[in-house]
Amino acid sequence: MPTLNLLVVFCLLYVVLLFAVAFGADRAARRGRGRWLRSPVVYTLSLSIYCTAWTFYGAVGFAARSGLEYLTIYIGPTLVMIGWWWALRKMVRLGRSQRITSVADLISSRFGKSNLLAIIVTLLAVIGTTPYIALQLQSVTLSFATFAELDPTTATQPSRQSTALLVALGLALFTILFGTRNLDANERHHGVVMAIALEAIVKLFALLAVGVFVVWGLTDGIADTMARIDASNIAAWQVSGSRWIGLSLLSAAAFLCLPRMFQVMVVENEDESHLRTAAWAFPAYLMLMSLFVVPIAAVGLDLLPADANPDLFVLSLPLTQGQEGLAILSFLGGFSSATSMVIVAAIALSTMVSNHIVMPIWLWATGGSAVVSGDLRSVALLTRRLSIAGVVLLGYLYYRLSGGGAALAAIGLVSFAGVAQFLPALLGGLFWRGATRNGAVTGLALGFVVWLYSMFLPSFGPTVFLPQHVLDSGLFGMAWLRPQALFGADGMDPVVHAVMWSMLFNTGAFVVVSLITFPKPIERLQGAQFVNVFEHSNTGGSWRAGKGETEDLLIMAQRIMGAPQAQKLFSDAARRQGIAGYLPDPTPDFLRELERELSGSVGAATAHAMISQIVGGTSVSVEDLMAVADETAQIMEYSSRLEAKSAEQARTARQLREANEKLTQLSLQKDAFLSQVSHELRTPMTSIRSFSEILRDTEGLGADEQSKYSSIIHDEAVRLTRLLDDLLDLSVLESGRVNLNIQHGTLAGMLDRAVDATGGEAGGFRIQRNRAAENIALTTDPERLAQVFINLISNARKYCDAETPVLTISAAERDGQLVVDFSDNGSGIPADQHAMIFEKFSRVRQTRVAGAGLGLAICREIMARLGGSITYLPGQRGAAFRVILPLGEQMAAQ
Amino acid sequence: MGKTVLLIEDEPNIIEAVSFILSRDGWQVKTHSNGHDAMEAIRRTAPQLVILDVMLPGRSGFDILGEMRADDALAEMPVLMLTARGQTKDREFAERAGASRFMTKPFSNADVLDAVRGLVES
Repeated sequence: MPTLNLLVVFCLLYVVLLFAVAFGADRAARRGRGRWLRSPVVYTLSLSIYCTAWTFYGAVGFAARSGLEYLTIYIGPTLVMIGWWWALRKMVRLGRSQRITSVADLISSRFGKSNLLAIIVTLLAVIGTTPYIALQLQSVTLSFATFAELDPTTATQPSRQSTALLVALGLALFTILFGTRNLDANERHHGVVMAIALEAIVKLFALLAVGVFVVWGLTDGIADTMARIDASNIAAWQVSGSRWIGLSLLSAAAFLCLPRMFQVMVVENEDESHLRTAAWAFPAYLMLMSLFVVPIAAVGLDLLPADANPDLFVLSLPLTQGQEGLAILSFLGGFSSATSMVIVAAIALSTMVSNHIVMPIWLWATGGSAVVSGDLRSVALLTRRLSIAGVVLLGYLYYRLSGGGAALAAIGLVSFAGVAQFLPALLGGLFWRGATRNGAVTGLALGFVVWLYSMFLPSFGPTVFLPQHVLDSGLFGMAWLRPQALFGADGMDPVVHAVMWSMLFNTGAFVVVSLITFPKPIERLQGAQFVNVFEHSNTGGSWRAGKGETEDLLIMAQRIMGAPQAQKLFSDAARRQGIAGYLPDPTPDFLRELERELSGSVGAATAHAMISQIVGGTSVSVEDLMAVADETAQIMEYSSRLEAKSAEQARTARQLREANEKLTQLSLQKDAFLSQVSHELRTPMTSIRSFSEILRDTEGLGADEQSKYSSIIHDEAVRLTRLLDDLLDLSVLESGRVNLNIQHGTLAGMLDRAVDATGGEAGGFRIQRNRAAENIALTTDPERLAQVFINLISNARKYCDAETPVLTISAAERDGQLVVDFSDNGSGIPADQHAMIFEKFSRVRQTRVAGAGLGLAICREIMARLGGSITYLPGQRGAAFRVILPLGEQMAAQ
Repeated sequence: MGKTVLLIEDEPNIIEAVSFILSRDGWQVKTHSNGHDAMEAIRRTAPQLVILDVMLPGRSGFDILGEMRADDALAEMPVLMLTARGQTKDREFAERAGASRFMTKPFSNADVLDAVRGLVES
């Protein structure tokens, strides 16, 4: 007999292995290695989370109780996979083009980005998945107890509750660690997917091993096994046609609608073409999983005592035959099935809960402004983590409440029927342009209520929620309201009964209400885009915004996507529009792109709401309606050609306009320059002349006064010299006749020098640095680079108007470039001056703090000579400058 | 004597120099160093003469001069304008705006004294 302790050790080792695999895959993916992570094989294996503990243990129990009927739960998904071209391909394409994060997001997005719909789907998904999670906890607990009972070395049985609780806690921890690394739910969870693929192999291998042992170890090969099957009750089971069809359809529906299946199938999908492989590989996997189910059931019934739980034959057969190693393998197989399901389900549900319930409430509660409130990313991540813990805990509670008694298959079917309620809205949304939001809401709500009443509540047994008399004689004594015989449909199989009525009400209401209600314009647009996703992939509705709002949008986007991604998105868009800097014009195209990016993080409905808070609502333009109305390919193509042309013209016109503006300004600047130089030279000369005359002409001047006036003359002479130096420096830099003194050094060293040269933190001025990040080796002209840093630091010193001025210097390596940001906490520079501050003699505001206004102009020239750039970084509250320098051999080669 | 002159200028060293020259000549020198509230300072101190720099933080000297000339109480007050730009354009501009005298920096101390005396006597 294997001891319980040995099992625990194996179990822990296995968990450590999973952690290591997940960690390694995450790391490989982050470093851009690991193309194998994105192979169709991994995709197919990850789909196998369909096979949970229900399949691993429950299928044998199912077969022992109801014969070949267990095959129905494989037939449904097989049909869906084989027919992938028809529905799955569309879902995957939509999921990628619309940055869909969950099944709730898909349905909500299709029906006009309705948050109400998202909430209903989320609630239904949570309630529907809870029994399923309970099922996994129960199977792990049962299998553990099976070991414990047979272990002579343990005097006391570990309590089942505590086992279930420990398993639940461990799963929540794993999921939080690897499922909430990125905020963007649309990004792939490589670590999790890899761990699940490994678990898929383990469970298949374990089940096959037990099967082989049963057929060739316990009986004398295939012929003998067949004989035993014939002799057992399994062969005698009557198969009811309605139940066969009902269960097959139910499992097909669930395969499409289950939040965890949607997660691996659509959200984690890397490449649409993977479906092609999965279409045959996944049914093959299912076939292998079901191959030995009947032999194990038959031999189990034959060899084990009559009171043995058939759900555990997979485990108890090797255990009672003294095959310790095989039993442990079998346990790990079941453990894998259970854990992978809980992990993915928790990720999927937590995304839904946080995007569709918590975030909208939080946005609403914080005054609805995404701009003013704190860091959204941390809030979103926290809610995801709490949701994961909450979802797993709910499963545990269901397990405690339902007493853990019901057969595995029965609990699983309750879940299947619950999530199958999404099907009418999902398929209707994908294929029927006439489907409306009201129809979807009504259908879902009705189906949900019927399912709750006829299946979910009775599943707890007659005492917990529904008293026995309600089951027997209906609610309020009305016979037609008996939960398991609605409208007098007596004598039906309870599962088929509940599925039939809930789907009938759901679909009926969906179709009827859709026909009699009128969709809103945005629903029409989304409907057209979903139904015809292969023709055009865009979200509907055009935003209209003013230029001033772009900075607010940037601030919001930084909160959600993180600063680097948001800045990249904005500057890319600006470059495409032919604008330098980080603030593109808020064209409808750009806003649409932004909304799509944001919805990858927070879901379509929330992203839509956030942008409309800043921009102030969408308008459905005439062109949008036209796009819906006429879909003839020619018109579409013609108009898109026109669009491309006019976009190009707009871009050229903008560039010309900018060039013209620049030229006009340059000529003005030439005039202004001379007058400025004159002014800047004359001011110190005035003091010098005046005081030298005073010293010369005044009799009886005190020694104090004499020394004071001569030092003024001296200081002003120095100022004059510095000004001339700066002018010369600038003219040398501008003419390109500068000699660079390229050396090796570290960024930290150059920053240290700059901070020292500007007086460090003297005078209540704080400088925040992250020395660890500054340890970057540079090959550049250290004098010149330090000169830029000195300028930026002393500018912050001079102009930062915060009560306690703080300058934050942050450095990072990004795409082979060194990026150093200098941002202070003052009031920043007004947007209309951003373009001017790098010009000669420009001073923001008329404060005349010492300095001729040449500093930033010199900085710009220096950075250009060093092969980098310096820009003003908007959207940082205070004034912020970004210095970019290419790293690597580029400089050394010069 | 009670001869008051108001110097509106933002360079501390120039303020010091001009104050020194004029105080030694018996003037009471008040100073003001920005453009925003220069008008209030003029009304408050009610000087015999204003020395006004053109480039001031907050508001240009030409603006201030324009407002003075539009105000009946200040329309006749002598104003000596100082500028460091020294282009003829500036001089014309100052004359049109109603400056009593216009001087380009750097100036000689004696010229400033002469100008101030001349303006108050006339």
